[in-house]
Amino acid sequence: MSGKPVLHYANTRGRMESVRWLLAAAGVEFEEKFLEKKEDLQKLKSDGSLLFQQVPMVEIDGMKLVQTRAILNYIAGKYNLYGKDLKERALIDMYVEGMADLYDIIMNHDFKPANEKEKDLANIMDKATNRYLPVFEKVLKDHGHDFLVGNKLSKADVSLLENILWLEELKPDALAKFPLLQSFKARMSNMPNIKKFLQPGSAKKPLIQEKDIPNVMAIFH
Amino acid sequence: MAAKPVLYYFDGRGKMESVRWLLAAAGVEFEEVFLETREQYEKLLQSGVLMFQQVPMVEIDGMKLVQTRAILNYIAGKYNLYGKDLKERALIDMYVGGTDDLMGFLLSFPFLSAEDKVKQCAFVVQKATSRYFPAYEKVLKDHGQDFLVGNRLSWADIHLLEAILMLEEKKSDALSGFPLLQAFKKRISSIPTIKKFLAPGSKRKPISDDKYVETVRRVLRMYYDVKPN
Repeated sequence: MSGKPVLHYANTRGRMESVRWLLAAAGVEFEEKFLEKKEDLQKLKSDGSLLFQQVPMVEIDGMKLVQTRAILNYIAGKYNLYGKDLKERALIDMYVEGMADLYDIIMNHDFKPANEKEKDLANIMDKATNRYLPVFEKVLKDHGHDFLVGNKLSKADVSLLENILWLEELKPDALAKFPLLQSFKARMSNMPNIKKFLQPGSAKKPLIQEKDIPNVMAIFH
Repeated sequence: MAAKPVLYYFDGRGKMESVRWLLAAAGVEFEEVFLETREQYEKLLQSGVLMFQQVPMVEIDGMKLVQTRAILNYIAGKYNLYGKDLKERALIDMYVGGTDDLMGFLLSFPFLSAEDKVKQCAFVVQKATSRYFPAYEKVLKDHGQDFLVGNRLSWADIHLLEAILMLEEKKSDALSGFPLLQAFKKRISSIPTIKKFLAPGSKRKPISDDKYVETVRRVLRMYYDVKPN
């Protein structure tokens, strides 16, 4: 037994990508078991491995954790990416939860029908540039530190980088009005664990391709 | 003297109700500012106290916390309702995630048409009785203890009780077939702080009515149709 965490999900970003990011940023190697067809999910369900019949599920430290937040909170706590006290944790949670709202609309974009995609992208960009990114630009401006909370890397920084990069895949100039976020992105991307994760051959998943969408949908529906 | 937390939200359940439950269960008195007009909301927005331009917002310990999960995590941590270590916290997070998903299906309920309400009701009851209640019944069965995690009251127990009572409002016999959850419900309801919250005159809010829907729509200028799951 390797003792590495094992991630159970489809071979796509979805709700597991944040977990891959956080483990990678923490320098933790992990394995993945990809669901390829409906039967794979069914087997996990009948094994009793999925508390609420859902993935993501991560086997870690003798637990079969489900619920993305529970998984991320556990990893963040274990690898010291969750602040030094309750108040720092509250700030981290606020930032991460805000970004989770943005992430949800970004994540669902690929699954929108073709005739809705343009409007959806406009909505994503509107929310990103008017509601979310200004907040983080201001946080960095106000304290002048390299990281969002406590002058130290936390899951809030990892989440922000993940969202920024996905936004830029949808619209390359997403950060045009946010100079501090641009330098944040450059700085974070250069951190050794993250730099490694951003290179080809890592566990980071590409944008889902049109042709793969039916397969992924079939697993879950 | 520590100031009481102040909750900013509508005069109704919505996303703030779980916060009221948790504070009440922890025996923490709090104050509320109810959003009633668009002007009030715009003033709040302009003052910059709503980080993502949204409520719930809770003023607590010098912070203006937004994002329901961040608020709840902080309160649970502060009042020792979040387990004794990382592994207990993980279990609590998992269980709360489930009840959050379940209660989440009911958030839009007041905004639905009469016909969609019937559909949504059936949907939520089906999810509760086939997915969520069995999971919690099994947790209690497997360890035989009074509480979900660590043989001690935690946020997970409080959240589950809230979910159970909400489901019973939709289907009074929602817990039939779940004897351990029935006993759990009685037990947790009789904890003094929770018993007090369940009695008339507490800050617990009633089921949201058309007046609530009208207020939310007016304050948020949220006039689009809400669809069921």
